Amino acid sequence: MSMSSTVSDAAPRSDAAALPAKQPFLWSVKREFWEHGSIYIAPLAITGLMLFGFVISLFSLTRHNAEIKANMTPDSMQAIMILPYDIAAMSVIIGSVVVGLFYCLSALYSERRERSILFWKSLPVSNLTTVLSKAFMPMVALPLIVAAIVIATHIVMLLLNIVARSMAGLSVSELVGNVPLFQVDVALAYGVITLALWHAPIYAWFILVSGWAKKAPILWAAIPPVALAVVERIAFGTNYVGNLIAYRLGGGIDAAFSEPRYLPMRSLHEHIVKNPAAHPTHHVGKNGIPMFGLEQIDIAGFLSTPGLWAGLIVAAAFLAAAVWMRRTREAI
Amino acid sequence: MSCIEAHGLRKTFGTTVALAGIDLKVEEGRILGLIGPNGAGKSTALSAILGLAPYEGELKVLGRNPWTERDALMRDVCFVADVAVLPRWIRVSQVVDYVAGVHPRFDRAKAEAFLAKTTIKRTSRVRELSKGMVAQLHLALVMAIDAKLLVLDEPTLGLDLLYRKQFYDTLLNDYFDHTRTIVVTTHQVEEIQHILTDLMFIDRGRIVLNCSMDDFEARYTEVMVNPENVAAARVLKPINERQVFNRSIMLFDRVDRAQLAALGEVRTPSIADLFVATMGATQGIAA
Repeated sequence: MSMSSTVSDAAPRSDAAALPAKQPFLWSVKREFWEHGSIYIAPLAITGLMLFGFVISLFSLTRHNAEIKANMTPDSMQAIMILPYDIAAMSVIIGSVVVGLFYCLSALYSERRERSILFWKSLPVSNLTTVLSKAFMPMVALPLIVAAIVIATHIVMLLLNIVARSMAGLSVSELVGNVPLFQVDVALAYGVITLALWHAPIYAWFILVSGWAKKAPILWAAIPPVALAVVERIAFGTNYVGNLIAYRLGGGIDAAFSEPRYLPMRSLHEHIVKNPAAHPTHHVGKNGIPMFGLEQIDIAGFLSTPGLWAGLIVAAAFLAAAVWMRRTREAI
Repeated sequence: MSCIEAHGLRKTFGTTVALAGIDLKVEEGRILGLIGPNGAGKSTALSAILGLAPYEGELKVLGRNPWTERDALMRDVCFVADVAVLPRWIRVSQVVDYVAGVHPRFDRAKAEAFLAKTTIKRTSRVRELSKGMVAQLHLALVMAIDAKLLVLDEPTLGLDLLYRKQFYDTLLNDYFDHTRTIVVTTHQVEEIQHILTDLMFIDRGRIVLNCSMDDFEARYTEVMVNPENVAAARVLKPINERQVFNRSIMLFDRVDRAQLAALGEVRTPSIADLFVATMGATQGIAA
């Protein structure tokens, strides 16, 4: 790397202090929202679909209820009531992770491809500020948006559910008792935020690749880790890289929560036809629906997981490299 | 303090030498035209000046090292590359908000006043604007910034004649105030000749001509030589000779104007003529 030598002559003008204070970070984040409306539109669209499906499901509420109740354990009952809430939340969360990854792939790539990097760099905003504003989106903004959307969705679902049950003459207290929304949503908000921290190195890696790749950043981001895992498997018969990737993708929940209670997950039809009272909870195992509540929130356990800190250090290193890329890479 | 000062500014891409160690000094209040064929090193030089790319050698812009202090430097430097660099997805109101939000020397009222004179709608996205309107928008942003140095890299590329003329007229009338410095590159040399104070030809990474426009006018003379004087004129070693309507037109460097006036009709050449004479020879293109 060649650098210019420093000429030690008169210091630069020192009137910078007299200039009005500006907020480049704040405006850079706004800029990201302007460009990437998908950050909030996609979760909203998913939640809209879920609500639509949920409303339709409410029409068949009365038809099965009597038969279901007659044949079910309390746990099965709760499973059936809470399942739509879980599905809605999981869809939005998984959708948002996908949106976050695609966001990262375009973060430092599209500005080079459309050459607008020349405009952005003509403004007094440092590369560090730019990269941090881009990392802020999937790591901070997106989880907060998702938590807010999921909580709002759950409240709307519960209200619709109460109305539907009242109209059908079914017990509302039974519903409220089986859907502990406050507990579920505190755990969800905590889970979404810890998941973003857990996934930080993945987002940072994608941002780094977007600042480096000349084309097809999605391939450059995805193929090297997969190829590494495959080569390791072939060459040494071991699977350290594969396990590491799997741990990074899916290990966040285990690290952030203690063991949840599992509810039996069976189709409605089976419950009615096959008399599932014969399937008590202790046979459910990990194939059931996990119930996360306040009891399962394990902040100390999460913060003492070495994988969290290792991941954050790696993320910081990737972002530092991304700053370097932003500085040196030119328009494509 | 000079606005731009470079010593041995050098940049290579692999084995290709883009800048072969140039020395450069641009004083405050000048309007420098940086002229050269494609691939001569103009853009490389501007990239270095703007802190967009690393380089070898010494370079100070407004007393700062552009490579290590780009963001601070950009408080005092404005930069318009060709018209296509405004992000296509952004709305007019958003780009004004953004620059107002991050740039301490941006005067929003000035930008608004300039935009009011155009037909650009605030709610439009850049992709919906014509090329000419995008140039007007970028110019509105740049002119509202109280910068010390303005760098223009082919700012009017792809614009029609009216927009090009308006661009330079606005720049000269509303922006340039003799304390600011402007560096401009363009292939439309004839359009900027009247606004320049300094001229620099660059070719294959080297500066081949560096003079003020006053010097340029004093040094170079173009003569439409009367047919009977052609032989006499050639003795004076013209740097270029071309035929127009069977008349020889010769370009002289540092030859006494009175002496030349005896040979035919004399005038100050255009930059384009000198460019062709200088570059045509080195490029092996018949001039």
